[in-house]
Amino acid sequence: MARVVVDVMLKPEILDPQGKAVHGALPRLGFDGVRDVRQGKRFELELDGDVTEDRLVEVRRVAETLLSNPVIENYAVRVEPS
Amino acid sequence: MKIGVVTFPGSLDDVDARRAVTLAGAEPVRLWHGDDHLGGVDAVVLPGGFSYGDYLRCGAIARFSPVMGAVVDAANDGLPVLGICNGFQILCESHLLPGALIRNDSRRFVCRDQRLRVDNASTVWTSDYSAGQEVVIVLKNGEGGYVADNATLDRLEGEGQIVARYLDTNPNGSMRDIAGVSNERGNVMGLMPHPEHAVDPLCGAGTDGLGFFTSVLGQLAAHH
Repeated sequence: MARVVVDVMLKPEILDPQGKAVHGALPRLGFDGVRDVRQGKRFELELDGDVTEDRLVEVRRVAETLLSNPVIENYAVRVEPS
Repeated sequence: MKIGVVTFPGSLDDVDARRAVTLAGAEPVRLWHGDDHLGGVDAVVLPGGFSYGDYLRCGAIARFSPVMGAVVDAANDGLPVLGICNGFQILCESHLLPGALIRNDSRRFVCRDQRLRVDNASTVWTSDYSAGQEVVIVLKNGEGGYVADNATLDRLEGEGQIVARYLDTNPNGSMRDIAGVSNERGNVMGLMPHPEHAVDPLCGAGTDGLGFFTSVLGQLAAHH
């Protein structure tokens, strides 16, 4: 079994109201010096068997078609060391 | 004339949409998200609500439902399809319409009687309006901010695919005040406000929404 992680973030030019809300809460908690907050999603895919280049091609396809919307989001795929 | 209204798990406005279809003079047909056919309808409405709980992204799971396979094929063949609110989000996720809808810039769910201008009155869904006509339609959304890159927005403007725009207040941060867009062919349209809630003077701000439903009937009758 192997774990592949897909991180999905809104593209830099897309407004992130949730990140802004989090950012706005920081000073109220006494945290200063944070210039910006962007909120994203993390997906952990548990794969059967070993991670091969072919499997990673499949994972990227999943990331592109379902896990992210390429119009507004970027994604990054990485294999978690076991 | 039969107009199909799809019910997804989490759809809210399917009943109102069917009622609007009836008031417009057509026969509403109930379609289920698990159907892989459209039952021979002449047009389809994807109603508002929170399909599949808005999990992942609004409309992202609905896109892969069996009925959407049939809707995408039929839309590409020219079937009129109207997506309202969550239906608009589903059409964007399905790539039947360009762009995407993100959380309101105000971070608040907005519910108001919204003034709009119908910019393109030559689509199958807007032909009963006149170009530039101002209407009042109920708006209620939390993720209604329309976004696309500048090249796409310019193309939409140039091709007349921006069907309706917000007047007075931009309620959700939509780029270029966009309330509704169509595909290039004009048969597929997404609208963030809810015309199905503006069809009966008894409830709501008026009956300005009925025109979207009567438009498609007129267009279908003309081509039958």
